[in-house]
Amino acid sequence: MSDPVSFGPDLADVFGPSQSDGGPDLVQLLTPEGERVHHPEFDHDFSAEELRGLYRDMVLTRRIDVEATALQRHGELGIWAQLLGQEAAQIGAGRALRPQDYVFPTYREHGVAYCKGVDPLRLLGLFRGVDQGGWDPNENNFGLYTIVIGAQTLHATGYAMGMQRDGVVGTGDPERDSAVIAHFGDGASSQGDVNEAFIFAASYNAPVVFFCQNNQWAISEPIERQTRIPLYQRALGFGFPGIRVDGNDVLATYAVTKAALQRAREGNGPSFVEAYTYRMGAHTTTDDPTRYRLNDELEHWKLKDPIERLKVYLRRNGLVDQEFFDDLDAEAKEMGHHLREGCKALPDPKPLDQFGYVFSEMTDEIAAQRDEFAAYLASFEGSHS
Amino acid sequence: MSTTQKITLAKGLNMGLRKAMEDDDKVLLMGEDVGKLGGVFRITDGLQKDFGEDRVIDSPLAESGIVGTAVGMALRGYRPVVEIQFDGFVYPAYDQIVCQVAKYTYRSQGKVKMPIVIRIPFGGGIGAVEHHSESPEAQFAHTPGLKVVACSNPVDGYWMIQQAIAHDDPVIFLEPKRQYHADKAELDDSATPEPLFTSRVVRAGSDATVLAYGPTVKTALKCAEAAESEGRSLEVIDLRTLSPLDMAPVYESVRRTGRCVVTHEAHVNLGMGAELAARVTEECFYSLEAPVLRVGAFDTPYPPSRIEEEYLPDLDRVLDAVDRSFAY
Repeated sequence: MSDPVSFGPDLADVFGPSQSDGGPDLVQLLTPEGERVHHPEFDHDFSAEELRGLYRDMVLTRRIDVEATALQRHGELGIWAQLLGQEAAQIGAGRALRPQDYVFPTYREHGVAYCKGVDPLRLLGLFRGVDQGGWDPNENNFGLYTIVIGAQTLHATGYAMGMQRDGVVGTGDPERDSAVIAHFGDGASSQGDVNEAFIFAASYNAPVVFFCQNNQWAISEPIERQTRIPLYQRALGFGFPGIRVDGNDVLATYAVTKAALQRAREGNGPSFVEAYTYRMGAHTTTDDPTRYRLNDELEHWKLKDPIERLKVYLRRNGLVDQEFFDDLDAEAKEMGHHLREGCKALPDPKPLDQFGYVFSEMTDEIAAQRDEFAAYLASFEGSHS
Repeated sequence: MSTTQKITLAKGLNMGLRKAMEDDDKVLLMGEDVGKLGGVFRITDGLQKDFGEDRVIDSPLAESGIVGTAVGMALRGYRPVVEIQFDGFVYPAYDQIVCQVAKYTYRSQGKVKMPIVIRIPFGGGIGAVEHHSESPEAQFAHTPGLKVVACSNPVDGYWMIQQAIAHDDPVIFLEPKRQYHADKAELDDSATPEPLFTSRVVRAGSDATVLAYGPTVKTALKCAEAAESEGRSLEVIDLRTLSPLDMAPVYESVRRTGRCVVTHEAHVNLGMGAELAARVTEECFYSLEAPVLRVGAFDTPYPPSRIEEEYLPDLDRVLDAVDRSFAY
């Protein structure tokens, strides 16, 4: 037996100490206890109004999620992808966007959709089975939900390359300069498409922010199955910076994403933001996390709740009064009502609707199949079951 | 001002791409080696020099990346034309083509269009190593939301690529690579081309109908010449479009001839020939004197190139099928 041959540096030295709780590079502006801390690079002077706004957005986003989960339990939705625990990551990222920026979501970006002005009711159609994305992507600059994980990161990169060609990057005009944000999760970081998107974006210096919500779990697969190094450190290997931010800290997520988007808009290329967070709920309503993770872990993360810490901060600093909470509560109730009643009223597609929109214009082949099926259906009219 | 000149298929495609880029500045080309090199088959020769690196984009070597970024460009209002270097390299992009490109219009209920052309040099006969000689058309024709066309000659190459680029739906554009530099044909660029999604009778006949597309059109035409010397009159149809199929000329022909042979380089099992046979049988049942016969590659992987001519349908195998059709 000989001593093991040295092969490159000791990775523990390169990647630093333990990464539990996010590790030393975690950017944080608001601690889980609601303490405002400052960061030398990423900071922002939040006004009281901004802080109340972010709190309101998170509360309403959680309400959307809770209502949709309940609608699934009542049989009104076939499935729902919950975001419980990821409100700060989504609102922080969503509020950092400008109207001209474009979002490519996964199927869990309900909070970002809300920030982009997509009526949350529109999100339910996909999960109810009445459509496959009921919004116009170009109306709110919010792409369709993407189920094949990671595929949208390439769409985002191509869209950003289009922006470069349109001359809306690096002009110095804040109303004009634009960027794209590509959302994905820790599981998708293993996908070939995500890695190809990194390469294309780096190669063309495309104005895209890769925003990864590392919620620690890809259904039952823990983050350790996807990566042996902290995800944000991967970016450097592709040739652009990666930052890990406390994804349960809406202030830090906002500040970091804002800086990343601004960097892209100015023509300085892609970057990677790892929002370090936790999926407090199940992967979807069909999942059962008790089969693969310990309750202790959930209890540990509950102490880092994104909404609670901002509430503590707002109260402690006298930035809110009871009227604020009462108004918000009423607004959340109204949102719940809108979703419950709206969901039940979403019209089912008609049998012949399935033939529409395969192409920009219906082909003769599909028209013939539609007509044949219509005649078949009509043959039952007047008959008694 | 119109000009008439003798061109190869490679030249026809090159001229067609150039014309499409001149006509619409939203047209972008992207692929591996399409820039300075002009593509491994030189189809994009000279285009980067004239249109710049922003419009003729040399890509990283990643097919899913090429097609996936094209989706984003299309969403931004561009009309990307991507080159897959060889047929056998399209599979890394299969998910993007089948799940994303093909479905975006449907999922968005028509709010989003996907005017993407995916050019694929296809077919064998060039003595290449494995993965360079395949015919994957049935995989794409089977996918709702994609249109699939195959050109067979220089003049069609010139017109069809322009029509595919101007079309608002995604088009898989198959180019018979062994024909790229083979035969020349006269192009009159002032002519009016037939619509893209139409098939065409390329040789009239009365005794049997031979259906072909891409590289086998030439085989079928030679076959018709040989049959004529034996006193048989074969009608040859160049299908041109594989999805949607343009069956009206096929039905009209088979109702007259009563016999139909389909030939393609792809495997026979569940290939285009199977669909064509089913449709001809459904529509022309009482006119048929014999079952529709298929001549294609065997249901084996593409063989080493030294025996590829024993694998691909050729003049004799197509004629043999015609003979069998007459034996019923």
